[in-house]
Amino acid sequence: MGTVEQVETSEGIVVRSRRELWWERLRHWFRNSEWSQVARHLLRNRGALIGLVIIGTFVLAAVFAPYLATHNPLETSLTTRLMGPGSEHWLGSDELGRDLFSRMLYGGRISLNIGLISVLIGVAIGVPVGAVSGYYGGKLDIITQRFIDIMIAFPGILLAIVVVTVLGVGVQNVMIAVGIASVPIYARLVRGSVLSVKEQSYVKAARAAGISDFAIIFRHVLPNCLAPIIVQSTFQIATAILWAAGLSFLGLGAQAPMPEWGRILSQGRGYMRMAPHLTTFPGLAILLMVLGFNLLGDGLRDALDPKSRGR
Amino acid sequence: MYQYIARRLILTIPVVLGVSIIVFAIIRMLPGDPARAMAGPQASPQYIESVRARYGLDQPIPVQYVTFMSRAVQGDLGVSVFSRRPVMTEIGERFPRTLLLASVSLLLATAIGVPAGIISATRRNSLFDNASMIAALVGVAAPVFWLALMLQLLFAVQLGWFPSSGIGTPAHLVLPSVTLGAASAGLFARITRSSMLEVLREDYVTTARAKGLAENVVVYKHALKSAMIPVVTVLGLQFGILLGGAVLTETVFAWPGIGRLLVDSILRRDYPVVQATVMMLAFLFVIINLVVDIAYAFLDPRIQYQGGQSE
Repeated sequence: MGTVEQVETSEGIVVRSRRELWWERLRHWFRNSEWSQVARHLLRNRGALIGLVIIGTFVLAAVFAPYLATHNPLETSLTTRLMGPGSEHWLGSDELGRDLFSRMLYGGRISLNIGLISVLIGVAIGVPVGAVSGYYGGKLDIITQRFIDIMIAFPGILLAIVVVTVLGVGVQNVMIAVGIASVPIYARLVRGSVLSVKEQSYVKAARAAGISDFAIIFRHVLPNCLAPIIVQSTFQIATAILWAAGLSFLGLGAQAPMPEWGRILSQGRGYMRMAPHLTTFPGLAILLMVLGFNLLGDGLRDALDPKSRGR
Repeated sequence: MYQYIARRLILTIPVVLGVSIIVFAIIRMLPGDPARAMAGPQASPQYIESVRARYGLDQPIPVQYVTFMSRAVQGDLGVSVFSRRPVMTEIGERFPRTLLLASVSLLLATAIGVPAGIISATRRNSLFDNASMIAALVGVAAPVFWLALMLQLLFAVQLGWFPSSGIGTPAHLVLPSVTLGAASAGLFARITRSSMLEVLREDYVTTARAKGLAENVVVYKHALKSAMIPVVTVLGLQFGILLGGAVLTETVFAWPGIGRLLVDSILRRDYPVVQATVMMLAFLFVIINLVVDIAYAFLDPRIQYQGGQSE
């Protein structure tokens, strides 16, 4: 035996190989699991598909930047300063003769990193805080909520600016600052979801079975709050990229000679009349990347919302 | 209702105190000796000590905070290290300009975004709907500082229609407010559209149509009022985000408002100004949210604010 198994189907007992069986299970899973439904719904959504293509292109460009770059992004050349887009410099060159296309490829790496890492920081702090606050309730919840009220009182990018003032300028500090600025968003979101999940009978059953609070929160409560976290994180990556570029533009983020998009843009400002490509292209890149994540976020929100799926 | 308003007012007090404590503490955590900074680079040690004593910087930080707050409520926010002028005077000069910019931007965003959203919803999948939704997506994704530079390049440098920077005439207000309002306009258009679509499916709208009312009457008299509720909710939030975004817009257009003052002061390490500006922006945001919440209570008949269980 070993490689064949008897399976009872509507056509009677059939002998099937193990491999066939495995494939069948996989197919079944693909057709019926929650996540595959989400994926299929997502791929039918035109906006989400465009978003995925945009993000995919940027990710590939970032991963293969060393192979795609036509020049060294940091190499200066006094003879090719402020050249317009052309065959030598595809997107032109900057005031130090550096190739804009190559710099932007590496800049994409920085922006994607900032987006992902700052969101991870926000999730890593905000999700547990919101979960514990919502799960335990009581005084702990009140104190946490008032603290979050205070953090939310700093509008938009201001909280990130305040944090970066404390930490000092630089890309790493921008990631931390933008991450911290998104903590209250996650804490609020997760607290709300936990409040609605914690009264479900399976959570009560788990508690009655003597499972520890820690295990209940992380194994039973949080997985059921995953959908809003994923949607929020997709939008949050877009926001993080925008804010980080803004901070760099203000001189509070990435420092020279780092090819961060916001930084390239602010340096190009001084040459706007002679070399408008230095401000146009990095801005377009930021716009596209943010648009990509926003489109994907919209699609995910629709796909993860069972109510809107049938439409 | 009045009970709700009173409760909401009382809840604001800890937030305001918390914001002031946190900002105060953060500024004290920053590296560098504030007394030395105030005394100037060539000051003798004796003079630095006298400055330290004069501003109470030799006191424990909680004592300093109480002194600061008791002076602040009397309108004394300290002296700018950079300009040597009272911080209150600096802020008093610049604050109205930021308020003007943010208000005009919000008005513009509402005047464009809301009608666009209504028309999109009533003519779903039309050319107008598709075009305005693409414009809305781009408006939300475009970095505000990049949009500022592009508008400057096109309408000030190339076409010469509007002044490229500075203040003075109403024409100076056009480019900064369009820049700042673009993202909000996009957001308003999207929210109005989806909320309107939702409302147009309601039974009472069908009834109104069945009564033989003209489509315009159905849309503008019956549906619009309830469709506006989500828009009003984000309005206040957007005003805060506009205040935060003003930091970037003001930098590009050399608009001497409070956002520009904040960034300049951070870069100059003029901490008394940073402290006061951040607190001011946060307080304003808290007040706006308070006003929106109260306005909301009057607007939405579905919500009952009894018994203090309204959060």
